[in-house]
Amino acid sequence: MKNLIAVVLAVLAVICIAPANAVEEPTTPLRIGLTPTFPNDQYRALEEWRRYLEQRLQRKVEFIRRDSYIEAMDLLRLQKVDFAWICDYPFVFFKDQVRLLAVPLYHGRPYYQSYLIVPAQDSQTTSIAQLKNRVFAYADPYSNTGYLTPRFELQQLGESPAHFFSKTFFTWGHRKTVEAVAAGLAQGGAVSSHVWDTLAKVKPELTAATRIVSKSPEYGFPPFVARATISDAEFNAMQRALLAMSQDEFGRRLLGGLNLDGFVAGDPHFYDRVDQMIRAYGKP
Amino acid sequence: MRRLFNLSFRYKVPLWGSVLIVVAALTVSAALMAQAYDDLRNDLLTSSAGLARTLAKNLFPVMLNDEVWRAYEIIRAPLHGEQADDLIQPEMILALDQQQKVFVTTQPNGVPMLADVRQLGAEYAQLAERIAAPATSDAAAVELSGAHKIYVAVPISDDGERVGTVVIVHSKDKFLPRFRSKALRATLTGLLVLALLLPINWYWGQRMAIPVVQLARSIGKVAQGRPAEAFSTAYPYQDELGQLFEVYGMMVKALHDKKLMEQEMIRSERLAAIGRLSAGLAHEINNPLGGMLIALSNLKRRGGHDERTLKTVAMIERGLAQIKDSVSAMLVEAKVKSRNFGPQDVEDVHTLLSGEAHKRPVEINIDSDLVTSLALPANLVRQILMNLLLNAIQAAEEYSTVRCTMRQSTERLSIETENTGPPIPEEVMSHLFEPFASGRENGHGLGLWITYQIVSQLGGQVAAESHDGLTRFSISLPAGENI
Repeated sequence: MKNLIAVVLAVLAVICIAPANAVEEPTTPLRIGLTPTFPNDQYRALEEWRRYLEQRLQRKVEFIRRDSYIEAMDLLRLQKVDFAWICDYPFVFFKDQVRLLAVPLYHGRPYYQSYLIVPAQDSQTTSIAQLKNRVFAYADPYSNTGYLTPRFELQQLGESPAHFFSKTFFTWGHRKTVEAVAAGLAQGGAVSSHVWDTLAKVKPELTAATRIVSKSPEYGFPPFVARATISDAEFNAMQRALLAMSQDEFGRRLLGGLNLDGFVAGDPHFYDRVDQMIRAYGKP
Repeated sequence: MRRLFNLSFRYKVPLWGSVLIVVAALTVSAALMAQAYDDLRNDLLTSSAGLARTLAKNLFPVMLNDEVWRAYEIIRAPLHGEQADDLIQPEMILALDQQQKVFVTTQPNGVPMLADVRQLGAEYAQLAERIAAPATSDAAAVELSGAHKIYVAVPISDDGERVGTVVIVHSKDKFLPRFRSKALRATLTGLLVLALLLPINWYWGQRMAIPVVQLARSIGKVAQGRPAEAFSTAYPYQDELGQLFEVYGMMVKALHDKKLMEQEMIRSERLAAIGRLSAGLAHEINNPLGGMLIALSNLKRRGGHDERTLKTVAMIERGLAQIKDSVSAMLVEAKVKSRNFGPQDVEDVHTLLSGEAHKRPVEINIDSDLVTSLALPANLVRQILMNLLLNAIQAAEEYSTVRCTMRQSTERLSIETENTGPPIPEEVMSHLFEPFASGRENGHGLGLWITYQIVSQLGGQVAAESHDGLTRFSISLPAGENI
């Protein structure tokens, strides 16, 4: 009888220990948050990129997509993701809570612009000042090129951004802003130059329905950031993987698909202009 | 118009039939087309209302949060089918807010955002009015009379809270081609039916009309006094038309009989007049004639005349005797007493005529059922028989047979003689029983006259017919038995 009890206890012990071992296995995936900083609806290209990163990092990689920047930021701050590709505005706004990981190179430089676009039929408008009492499409309240820039410009012109337009709405994506303006839903919109230029290559009929009225000064390109609590080892491994992409054939092809040239480690000074705008304009 | 009604039945009946068929075909086709149009429209409204309800449900939270882009994505989704001929595909979808302003539209270029829907045109103003009216149900196809489009409007509401209205706009132009193809099919079917029915109708109409037309023409002729015609194409059915034909036939026959009777009356009156005239004349001649003959007889008896005088007297006597013969032949005297006519007399006549018959040569065939004698004067009946049979023998073809049939009934004796040969000419026929009417060279031309006189005086009838190479005389005499 004692022997039987001993056997049962032994079996139970084995059963209980086995799952515990499985949980503790050091294969927690790296989670990367993605936002509509780029035309992020190319599922196939992203999947190839994810596999590439898995191979480079020798670790499981997960992409977690969110339509709004603030959600992606929340995930970072709650440590639900390890890295995220966010806009320059939230980066500057929340810069104490994240670490700058890498900055993409666009046309060989880590900068981009905001385009003020109107429907192609509108051949009159030459500046945002002429869009008074029109419908205007913003991308995201935490977007620089799609929100902060046009509002800053209006403020510089002495207008109140809150009452200048008859109506504004958020599309939650630069691409959708282009679509809204192309369809005539909005009579004006502000988009990332990178997204507009990329769409001009892959979907020229869409951008052809819009017209660029003006281009803003250059801002630091939307950066890759890490959560503040990330380990140095993981930070360095990820940074190396991104910086090395431009050095192999497949990596260059993936970068080409994203309409980028490579990554640099980056410098917070890239974003000084946004910082000034935020200081001048106040918090969103 | 009157000319149309005056048309012949031959054209009027098929024409009216054709008009009725065409009207019926058109009516049925139009009804089918209206039905098809209604069906198409109802299908459209049903599916559209379903779509509108789904959209309204999805739009409620989005509009509550003022999410223009999300709302646009929602209303744009049903329009991505891109099938040009898809009937159900809306032309445009609108979401209106509580103030009837455009919250979002699939055609922002045509219908700008924030525009007051009432400013977009008469149809939209009417639509806005209907939407503003207190909603009785949650979905309604908005019918605008005379509108070029079909509107389906559904409130965007949840739990009684209404944030706006979703409006689906369908262009009527879109289902016109579909309707047109259906209409074309209905028209072709109609034409096929017409192509089938019209010739049949024409044929029947003609068939019905031709007898009527024929009848009308014949009656017209009768009315004009021209000879009525009998129909070669008899109408074999017993309907009203058939009855009409029957009555017409009866009428024609009655007219014919009447005419015959009139002719007969004229003829018998004429014969009676001649008879009276000749009888009077004969008496007038007979009296002096008798005196003259007695005078001549006395003259001869006295004697003492020379040869020449005697010769002259004899010549006058012979001439007077011939006049006496002729006059007495014309003066038929039926009142002479005689014995009754019996079977022996028939045989006598046969015997008497056999020599004459032999000369032609023809055969005489007498078929008599006479077994007893009849209360008829034998000499007169014999004379009738002799006259008729002699005529027949002379008129008959060589080697043919002259027939005589005698039948006795309780009250009558009927005699019928028949011979083949050339018919009696029409002009002779109408004066047949008059004296000296026969066209023949030999004979004195009084045989039939005498026969007629005897028959009339005995109260009987005599008739003659001659056609198809056969000449027949029929006599009917009233007779009692054995007086």
